[in-house]
Amino acid sequence: MLVLEGDWRGRDGLVPTAQASAIARAVGDMRQVRIDALALGNWDSLLITVLWQLRTRLLADGRTLDEAGLPPPMHRLLALAANEAAAFAPRPRRWNPLAALGGATLSALAAIGAVTELLGSLLGSLLGGLWGGLWGGLLPRGRRPGARMQNGDLLDAVQRAGPSALPIVGVVNLLMGAILAFIGAAQLRRFGAQSFVSELVGLSLVSELAAVMTAIVLAGRTGGANAARLATMQGNEEIDALRVLGISERVTLVLPMTLSLVLTMPLLYLYACLIGMVGGGLVAVGMLGIPPVAFASALVRVVPLSQFAFGAVKSAAFALLIGLVSCHIGLGAGRSAAAVGEAATRAVVAGIVGIIAVDAVFAVLADALGL
Amino acid sequence: MSDAVKIEANGLTLGYGGVTVQRNVSLRIRTGSIFALMGGSGSGKSTVLKGLVGLLRPEAGTVRVDGEAYWPGTSAQRTALNRRFGVLFQSGALWSSLTVAQNVALPLRLFTRRRAAAIADLVRFKLALVGMEDAADRMPSELSGGMRKRAGIARALALDPDVLFFDEPSAGLDPVTSRRLDDLILELREGLGTTIVLVSHELPSLFAIADDGAFLDGDTRTVIATGAPSALRDGSTDPTVRAFMHRERIDADGRAG
Repeated sequence: MLVLEGDWRGRDGLVPTAQASAIARAVGDMRQVRIDALALGNWDSLLITVLWQLRTRLLADGRTLDEAGLPPPMHRLLALAANEAAAFAPRPRRWNPLAALGGATLSALAAIGAVTELLGSLLGSLLGGLWGGLWGGLLPRGRRPGARMQNGDLLDAVQRAGPSALPIVGVVNLLMGAILAFIGAAQLRRFGAQSFVSELVGLSLVSELAAVMTAIVLAGRTGGANAARLATMQGNEEIDALRVLGISERVTLVLPMTLSLVLTMPLLYLYACLIGMVGGGLVAVGMLGIPPVAFASALVRVVPLSQFAFGAVKSAAFALLIGLVSCHIGLGAGRSAAAVGEAATRAVVAGIVGIIAVDAVFAVLADALGL
Repeated sequence: MSDAVKIEANGLTLGYGGVTVQRNVSLRIRTGSIFALMGGSGSGKSTVLKGLVGLLRPEAGTVRVDGEAYWPGTSAQRTALNRRFGVLFQSGALWSSLTVAQNVALPLRLFTRRRAAAIADLVRFKLALVGMEDAADRMPSELSGGMRKRAGIARALALDPDVLFFDEPSAGLDPVTSRRLDDLILELREGLGTTIVLVSHELPSLFAIADDGAFLDGDTRTVIATGAPSALRDGSTDPTVRAFMHRERIDADGRAG
């Protein structure tokens, strides 16, 4: 006989499992446990949980719980919990370091392969589009190949990737130039060489920092947005709706997203160089007392034009990487709300890591080219 | 309804990445019929639909559209066959960056050689058919679920398809809206002579509009009965089908009760 008295409510702070084992100990090895709930006060699902655990323990030993003494609602809830559960196959996964390493390597290789294939098909449709554009002007509208990039899509994407990124790219690079001048001057002053601050600012911005900082900003801003947009469209079956019509999502979505980045990033890079130099100049002139003309003429003298060209090409490569990786991740995302956030995060992380890796390749290349 | 077969599937096996969802599915969808793919939740109805409209390549089996094999052809041939299809997805799947009118206009702009003014007239007419003329300039996010589906039907109708596919047309709609959608589907069939394939588990709507169908079973993963839903309700001897059609539970020994 198990006598229940007083209030049994979760909000009063009882711990169900502890109670269940305490009761199980008290019950000992009784064959059949009857319940007397005459003096039971308020109760909620906590008490049901305790009884349910008790019943499971008893049943496992081949013993029984006589629930007849319980109030009818409680009785009904307990019966509901005894219903057959929906059958799920158990998850076979057990973490194995070797298998995890192998799986990660394979999926990384597969991702590189998929991104390369995406690049190939984009180049194919771009060339096909140019070719078709030359001929298409001569053909009646309906004869042209069906799914083509609409010029409006590209303009929208350029607007999203380029002009609307000007403020943040400007602020980041202005501060970057100023910080470089400030920290550089503190070191250079020890050798009495603070007049070289313009060389320091100019060279580091043009050859490295402007391109990398701009690319990282765009990986977060545009790359994340592209991945989230494609993943949302995937979840909403919008991509399926395109495919059913025979419209390639690569041509109508991925191509404008990627192309717009490749077109705008070199321009943003040049703008970033300029703004960074202005930032460096403000510190040099305002705090170090270097004459503006001296700062500017040193810049022009020390930074060769070929550096700008190299940086612009590097920016275009960063842009291509951000575009392809973010679109690949967005299109491969799952079909849930959580998948959208995950895709955006992965696109930003993969974009930034990729930028640094590509930058390393370009550093080796620059060394080989003697730039 | 004639006896000509619009879509014929033979021995289709469909699945995702090694997990088979349905195997050995054979269907004969007659021209002008309203064909229902029935079955419980998770039985693979939508997957079979994806196999029919070309979104999922079957692991085995064939699909013929007007006698023409679907999968062996080139992707250009498949796209040409798909031009005869209109699909309404479960959520409507309107392209969220375009207005309702632009959604309906996009297939027309891409695949016909009509002038912009003619396209605009067509779009207005298709929207009027589904009672959405006034919402032409709305964005999809401004529409309710039922309106989104109707706009989705207008888009599916854009290219005057021979076959319309509906993935759970009444899911998430209240009974009145759902009933109106059923009437719309019937009228489209009467008016345009379109063959309609729909995925549904809404019994009232199945009995009201479908005149042929196949019942997909989630346990055995194949088709266990074919025929009109009302005929299955009245005549089927299979316990799973009977239970589904009569909204009953099945006992452990397989008897509906």
